[in-house]
Amino acid sequence: MRVVRLGSEVDFDGWRKAARALRAEGTPPEALVWTVERDLFDHGEPIAATAGTFAVPAAFMNLAQQVVLNRSPDRFALLYRILWRLEREPRLIDNPAETDMARARDMAKAVSRAAHKMKAFVRFRLVEGAEKETYAAWFEPAHRVTEATAPFFARRFANMDWTILTPDVCVAWDGDRLMVSEGADPADAPSEDAQEELWRTYYASIFNPARLNPRQMRQEMPKRYWRNLPEAALIPGLIEAAQDRAAAMVATPPRPPSDRVLKAAQRHARDASFGAGIPTSLEAVLAGASVCRRCDLWRDATQSVPGEGPPNAPLMFVGEQPGDQEDLAGRPFVGPAGQLFDRALAEAGVPRQRAYVTNAVKHFKHEPRGKVRLHKTPSQGEVSACRGWMDAERRLVSPRVIVMLGATAALSVTGRAAPITESRGRPLTLPDQVQGLVTFHPSHLLRLTDTAAKAAAYRSFVQDLRLAGELAGLV
Amino acid sequence: MAVLDLRRKLAILSDAAKYDASCASSGAAKRNSLDGKGVGSTEGMGICHAYAPDGRCISLLKILLTNFCIYDCAYCINRVSSNTPRARFTVKEVVDLTLNFYKRNYIEGLFLSSGVIRSGDYTMEEMIRVAKSLRLDHDFRGYIHLKLIPEASPELAAEAGLYADRVSINIELPRDDSLKSLAPEKDPTDIKRAMGRMRLAIDDHAEPARRSGRRAFARSQSTQLIVGADEARDGDILARSANLYGAYRLSRVYYSAFSPIPDASHRLPLVRPPLLREHRLYQADWLMRFYGFAQPEIVEQGDDLDLSVDPKTGWALRHRDRFPIDVQTADKEALLRVPGLGAKAVARVLAARRISRLTLDDLKRVGAVLKRAKPFVVTADWRPGALTDQEDLKAALTAPVQLSLF
Ligand code: SF4
Repeated sequence: MRVVRLGSEVDFDGWRKAARALRAEGTPPEALVWTVERDLFDHGEPIAATAGTFAVPAAFMNLAQQVVLNRSPDRFALLYRILWRLEREPRLIDNPAETDMARARDMAKAVSRAAHKMKAFVRFRLVEGAEKETYAAWFEPAHRVTEATAPFFARRFANMDWTILTPDVCVAWDGDRLMVSEGADPADAPSEDAQEELWRTYYASIFNPARLNPRQMRQEMPKRYWRNLPEAALIPGLIEAAQDRAAAMVATPPRPPSDRVLKAAQRHARDASFGAGIPTSLEAVLAGASVCRRCDLWRDATQSVPGEGPPNAPLMFVGEQPGDQEDLAGRPFVGPAGQLFDRALAEAGVPRQRAYVTNAVKHFKHEPRGKVRLHKTPSQGEVSACRGWMDAERRLVSPRVIVMLGATAALSVTGRAAPITESRGRPLTLPDQVQGLVTFHPSHLLRLTDTAAKAAAYRSFVQDLRLAGELAGLV
Repeated sequence: MAVLDLRRKLAILSDAAKYDASCASSGAAKRNSLDGKGVGSTEGMGICHAYAPDGRCISLLKILLTNFCIYDCAYCINRVSSNTPRARFTVKEVVDLTLNFYKRNYIEGLFLSSGVIRSGDYTMEEMIRVAKSLRLDHDFRGYIHLKLIPEASPELAAEAGLYADRVSINIELPRDDSLKSLAPEKDPTDIKRAMGRMRLAIDDHAEPARRSGRRAFARSQSTQLIVGADEARDGDILARSANLYGAYRLSRVYYSAFSPIPDASHRLPLVRPPLLREHRLYQADWLMRFYGFAQPEIVEQGDDLDLSVDPKTGWALRHRDRFPIDVQTADKEALLRVPGLGAKAVARVLAARRISRLTLDDLKRVGAVLKRAKPFVVTADWRPGALTDQEDLKAALTAPVQLSLF
């Protein structure tokens, strides 16, 4: 049996050097005892450093650095055994189900949990009378994570001086660099801090006695840490009182509100009604659509999207329905289809600011699919439910020309469903003597994948827009 | 009126904030104070600094700026008609409390909410002053979460985004109709509209081309739904969540079991909070976000979840014809649907099976819960045989599962 003695509990480099030499020599794991203890009968002989090195997977190095910080006495032996096996079983490292690997992973997990708890449960106390703002904390980590976790505190509390004292080791930061020294005694840390009274007040108030669940609490905040948490002393009392507090809440009938609050409420209700201005007629349409419940589409949509443009525009565009972006912004034609529409309008020489742009259906119809909302074409029923709003806009704006973008718009304006390809680009006269023109919906152009077809459709689209502009006397 | 001392105010205004379930401090941009004059860091993963006896994590100083409120929402302790003691912090008091707690490592930052006083805009402005003072006067680099007032103007919401890591707007009630009856002054459209604008702003700031040279902006938004205060079924609640995730890219929907409040309105149930139901909803929400389940697969609208089993086991019991599956050959999607196999375990199964044939012991070592998984899987040394189709399988799976609530 050979004894390998390491420099300290966290001597990763020492372990690595020894392990490298031992494996090179061919010393099997069973022939080794790893220790850091000074033992009078220690027969360990210095291990000769080897010249040669060999490669191990990076994943193993990362794992080993974590595992070394675990307090289990068998950590060095386990790591050496894995190292040893890796020579013959190089894929061992990739097998999370293997016994040694699972054990190492559990050890590493305990270490990272301990580091996480250290970040959480260190409680600094202000050092009274220090010249520069200085804090100190006493902490007892579950594993040897103090040095490894110190840089976290340096990044977070860069501009104050602080020290974390633990039984194993102390780390201090002076605003510039980290210093490590020997372990300390709890008496070396300040014993109180004026903020702790406030913190305890907060802790006692933020918890809901009706949801008491001490088991869950203990799982996340193991008792081993309680000794050094100023708020933990409150826990037994809070738990004990919780049942009664919750029962009292349920048992006490509500009292009538005081006169003062009732008056305040009345005043508010009265003042609020002055806020509403007198809407113009188009605004009344918009207000009506925003509270409309004539079909179910309002339910899953964000808001109704009103038409936009001059109230007496000679040209009116009717699209299908708002899309994802329109629904969020509350404005028509701002998404990808809207951008294509703008570009085509500009190419046709029609100024958008002279046109009124609206949709056949005012609320976005869609289906949630994970993080996206898939557009769905409104049904005939929804189109006719919503038609009242579009008709009102049409009446009020009274344009010379109405352009129907796509089949749904045509259905809404003419009351009849007809294939776009047949009616496209040919002016028609609507019953109220207004000129009508059917063309593609811009999102149809976006959906075309064939480049040639896409370019051709786009050209026709621009042509139709120009024609509409001419009919309206805008070009 | 007597002037309340700071401690009394803190007691009142944190007590009033305890019904808000959101506590997470994760998802912030990574930053530290090494190059600054102030204090603080965020490293992506949030840290819980303490746990309250109700088992919930404390990572932020979660308080109200004031619990005075002009509204009368039945489910809220701060509603105008409640007789709860009232208090109001000054901006400086909140700033100092945050910094003092932060420097002692009690918290990751601030979660600030408020009752609505005077108007939505006035209240929002006060909250923004707190965040702005922390960031600009004190170079505070910890986490800030601001609760938006839905009816505040869009400009103020956008300004809040400049100082906060996360913003939230609470919907509170899963159904618009119940919002109308229990919170008559709240307009569900206002809330959705504010969320919509916020999503556009967050998306816009996240676009790499726009990011350079601009101030950081909130990374995410979240919301809370109260469970058990109205008649909404679990299916309705989850449908609402699916809608919210899709529409506004929320990072989280929090479910908060309605708990009796002191001096409760007579319109509300005075019952013990439905904590198990809340727990099941979180599990179901998780399945939608990380396991590829669509809401109707978990529970139809108008129906409730089965409280006796976790929703994934419930789904598997309803779809026994798809089981058992062979862990050696099944694809990832199928593995993710096996009860007792979490996402981590599935990743490890995929790695391990390239190297060896997996046994039940292997499954256990990668972190599977064998009791739940066994009836649904085939391994090198195990086949469930008739077990998968056994009549009383549900009873066998449910009885021994320990629930940590109460
Ligand atoms: S889509 Fe039209 S009809 Fe349906 S609710 Fe909205 S405004 Fe009313």
